[in-house]
Amino acid sequence: MYPFLRIGPLLLNFSGLTALVGIWIGLTLTEKEAIRMKLDPNRISNMILIGMMAGVAGARLGYALQYLQAFISNPVSLFSITPETLLVWAGMLTGLLAAVFYGRHMGLSLRPTLDALAPGLAIFMIGLGVSHFLSGNAYGAPVDLPWSITLWSELRHPSQVYETLAATLIFGLTWFSPTRRQGTGMNFLLVVAGSACARIFLEAFRGDSRILIGGFRDAQVLSLVILAAALWMMHRWGEERVAAGGSGQE
Amino acid sequence: MTLPSKTSSKFKPSRDLPFAGVLLLAVVWTIFSRIPVDSAPRDEVPPSPRQGFSAPDFTADLLDGGRVILSELRGQAVVLNVWATWCPPCKAEMPALEKVYNDFKEQGLVLIGLNLTSQDSEKDVIDFVQEFGLSFPVALDRDGAVQRKYKISGYPTTFFIDREGIIQSVVVGGPMSAALIQSKVEDLLKETP
Repeated sequence: MYPFLRIGPLLLNFSGLTALVGIWIGLTLTEKEAIRMKLDPNRISNMILIGMMAGVAGARLGYALQYLQAFISNPVSLFSITPETLLVWAGMLTGLLAAVFYGRHMGLSLRPTLDALAPGLAIFMIGLGVSHFLSGNAYGAPVDLPWSITLWSELRHPSQVYETLAATLIFGLTWFSPTRRQGTGMNFLLVVAGSACARIFLEAFRGDSRILIGGFRDAQVLSLVILAAALWMMHRWGEERVAAGGSGQE
Repeated sequence: MTLPSKTSSKFKPSRDLPFAGVLLLAVVWTIFSRIPVDSAPRDEVPPSPRQGFSAPDFTADLLDGGRVILSELRGQAVVLNVWATWCPPCKAEMPALEKVYNDFKEQGLVLIGLNLTSQDSEKDVIDFVQEFGLSFPVALDRDGAVQRKYKISGYPTTFFIDREGIIQSVVVGGPMSAALIQSKVEDLLKETP
């Protein structure tokens, strides 16, 4: 594991940089995909950047609301650059809402936009898997197998490798899917459903799962909800295409 | 946007079964792979210097005399801040650490400033403590044993350890904001003694 890279007095967060590289490659790919779908790549890039900026602001505000007394006592801390004071789900929700608002305001068509995002999203997931491998986060459950890795004092499932391979497979499915350039939204739903399936399956080999009542793993339960929603939308949008004569556009 | 016709919403095995099958498999796997409630008690968590693991035990001399043994602090919320006098972010976060320590020590917070003495000098440490008016205990890692055990890769590094000796979070680098320290400490103190 190489979570940090020291260059002289500088300590670089190597795993964080890897995730950023994943975002950059994903963004580049999304712009190219947008051009192929005859969407304005600048608007798509702006939508992603606005979503990310709003996401960071929302995550910080969410954290501050959760620990209100700490931030009332130290209001300057609201603007500190430390990534530890971010509430992830609040950031994701805020970022998503901001991106949707911007997309609607700029008249971006929903389903082609989603399909333009699909390969980039899959690439980001690969970057996230590599980032987890470097940081040692998202580690596997203890097990003695020929392919186990020694991590945090024990032999474990190489869950980060599983995660990266699954994301690569999803990217391959997305890239070579016959629905890739139809702009029906199906390719995006394929990434979402595929990622949810991968998480449900691979979470069983993780050693850091958060446990709910009855011993259920929270990531699996949440992924089940996401999978059900993605499948339902695939079903519904598929029906609409059939009813519309298979035109493939909204 | 065209709405689906009534005929297309009827159940069609060739179209709908794959969706239902995937979902069913996912539900079955989720149930099958859940963790038995009575397994993995927390006292079996192995020691490792990262979040979710038991904090590795160590013994170190204190600057004011005496010794600190981490395992003897079980039952108390502990903040372990690893620092050096020549490290600018370590200096920058000291006032915030001192403030939070003073605000929460009555509620049972233990804060240990572990100096990397193998890369520092004890005279500089004494001057540093006086300059910043630190009232929390300062421990000395004279031979670098704690640094190696905790795999310290950057300075400062701060470990937030709960009453059961489990590391709840690790912050590598700094300076930490006062709100960050306070929020982590509030979480540690929320747990029942």
